[in-house]
Amino acid sequence: MLGIITGFIDELRAAGVPVSMVEAIDGMRAVEAVEIGDRIALRETLRATLIKNLRHERAFDTAFDVYFSIVPQSLSEPEDFGEFDSQPHSDRSDALEPPPFDIDGLLDSLLEALAGLDEEAIRRGARTAVDELAGMEPGRPVGGTYYLYRTLRRLDLADLEERLISALTDDQDLSDFERRLLREEVEARIERLRQEIEEEIRRRLVADRGRDAVARTLRRPLIEDVDLMHATTSDLHEMEDAIGPLTRKLAARLARRRRMRAGRLDFRRTMRKSLATGGVPADPQFRHPRPHRPEVWLLCDISGSMATFSRFTLQFTHAMSTHFSKLRSFAFVDTIDEVSDFFGPGVDFGSALRRVTTEAEVVWLDGHSDYGNSLETFHTRYGRQLTPRTTVIITGDARNNYRPPRDGVLGDIAEASRALIWLNPEPEAYWDTGDSAMSHYAGHCTSVHEVRTLRQLEQFIEDLTLPGPRPLQNV
Amino acid sequence: MSFETPRAVADALRSVDYLPDDRIAQVVFLADRLDKPILVEGPAGVGKTELAKSLAKVTGRDLIRLQCYEGLDEAKALYEWNYKKQLLRIQADVDHDWEDIEQDIFSEDFLLTRPLLEAIRSENPVVLLIDEVDRVEVETEALLLEILSDFQVSIPELGTMEARTQPMVVLTSNNTRELSEALKRRCLFLHIDYPDAQREQEILAARVPGLSEHLAAQVAKVARSIRSLDLKKAPSVSETIDWARTLLALSIEDVDEAILGDTLHVLLKYQADIEKAAKELTSSPPS
Repeated sequence: MLGIITGFIDELRAAGVPVSMVEAIDGMRAVEAVEIGDRIALRETLRATLIKNLRHERAFDTAFDVYFSIVPQSLSEPEDFGEFDSQPHSDRSDALEPPPFDIDGLLDSLLEALAGLDEEAIRRGARTAVDELAGMEPGRPVGGTYYLYRTLRRLDLADLEERLISALTDDQDLSDFERRLLREEVEARIERLRQEIEEEIRRRLVADRGRDAVARTLRRPLIEDVDLMHATTSDLHEMEDAIGPLTRKLAARLARRRRMRAGRLDFRRTMRKSLATGGVPADPQFRHPRPHRPEVWLLCDISGSMATFSRFTLQFTHAMSTHFSKLRSFAFVDTIDEVSDFFGPGVDFGSALRRVTTEAEVVWLDGHSDYGNSLETFHTRYGRQLTPRTTVIITGDARNNYRPPRDGVLGDIAEASRALIWLNPEPEAYWDTGDSAMSHYAGHCTSVHEVRTLRQLEQFIEDLTLPGPRPLQNV
Repeated sequence: MSFETPRAVADALRSVDYLPDDRIAQVVFLADRLDKPILVEGPAGVGKTELAKSLAKVTGRDLIRLQCYEGLDEAKALYEWNYKKQLLRIQADVDHDWEDIEQDIFSEDFLLTRPLLEAIRSENPVVLLIDEVDRVEVETEALLLEILSDFQVSIPELGTMEARTQPMVVLTSNNTRELSEALKRRCLFLHIDYPDAQREQEILAARVPGLSEHLAAQVAKVARSIRSLDLKKAPSVSETIDWARTLLALSIEDVDEAILGDTLHVLLKYQADIEKAAKELTSSPPS
């Protein structure tokens, strides 16, 4: 058992989940309190001790299925807990199909099981389906997806869903509303079956190829390691939850600065302190001045090559707008337009995104990125409003389609603001290859960062230290 | 009181109308076994705070609550010297030796206990609820670390105060910001999400007496349906309970489109959400 748990923790770490030494020890200790053979208790125990972030739960579930897949409970013995029995399915023959395999019979019994929500029958059906339909070949180094696809293709879940709906409708006349509720209920049950099948396949794979090998094939990058340039819509959706906390942190970072003693006298604390000197207020205490409100301007490249990344940056902008009252955002392709008004507290992100893509005037000539023109337009139109308190953040790949970079104007922008930060979603090795003009711009920036993943964005925020607002006379 | 099995935890919580799932029961059981704090995270209104209250009820412990907010400091969370009283003491007693006075004014009589210290000093066993811990600044989080790992508070003038009884600690977070590693490491992590339709139905049945099974099932299904939409604020469990109560008060036995439309404002609090949900739910389903 100890060996399996160590292997499991190693797998979690390999997948990128940070499991500290203390947590590993806690996990081991906690497992002692679990009754042997209670898989759910074991899972929740390990989850509570090893996983401290919702984002890591998917990786945890996958790894757990692989490391602690067990034979059907009636056959498992405490000793071979987690081991696979090569003859696990002898108990199902009487319940289901006679040979040769009768797929309609299986579908009928599945339908009945799903209609009556009979967990045990669903599980049995899933097992038979995998037995008969997946056509699993020992030793083939494929992931479970292939077998899952084969099983589901033969089962035709969409059809099963329709049949289940009509079975549950029971010839009643349903309104649209009732039909909607029913469909969702049915979808939830079908999903249950799908998961059961997936788990069953995983179990077989583990038996065939061993835990470590299967875990390796199933390993997927954590959401914080997904490349922002190639993230899928569902990835972006998942990131949304992580962005909120991040922007809050960024807000805190930007507001922080070294300050001199200032502010009004704090009478209460002064009196308390004076006790040490016999009631003589020798050490006056002051209230801290309110942290100043940081001013942030965001410039986002939303050209075609940046589609996914710009969706992410706009998500980020959207989240930031709830934390910064003085946030201004701009979008550009080959010219620039202000989009601040599209965002703001209480605005739905979907509609903001729609307005940015339809209403903002970001195309001047041909709709190919032109950083030079965008920056110049920005400087002419808005440059005078920059103050020594403004932090300017530019997000983009600096791919300029071989147009003149006109980086001098960026220097002027940097000059007029508190700090100028460039976030580039490309790997640093690609900068300055092809039409990238990164090095032209980099020289003018306070700092330049590769932000290819959520983790890097987090790191950037973590490390962020900015010069304080410059004294006004320097302008 | 200590629990024998996770099942015992679940049964006990059920007896006070809190319906835990396997995960909640298991984590509470572990926390009790290992004497570790529980960090509960999840969307607003899924019963995070309620869990702590229910725990206090079933174990017969006192509930001590520390509501966190931005700007919470040591003096409000841990302890403070009662300087007025100290001042009076010094002035009232000018004849005494300074040594004696000093000894005297830094004793427990002059200490104002705040929730954290109170939980430690309590004679009766307590459940300590640290609510919405994500609202305090990262720096303030450090105040909690000593109490969470060692159940003690160090006061420079008095030394270390250890817990008289082992408190059961529950921290809740809405995850508006990432908590520090140090804090998370000391806790068992429990994420509570919206319950599935079946469990929500049970919760409704337990919390809304007089609700028919049919209506409870319908309410749970509608709640699930609404949560699947992309809304600004999905309905919480407490809001579905409110909705069920509303339906009951209006003596409605069966929810249809018209009734849903009329009472949607109990479930949803933004006009945009209400409009969206009304439109989606009453139109024919996508096939």
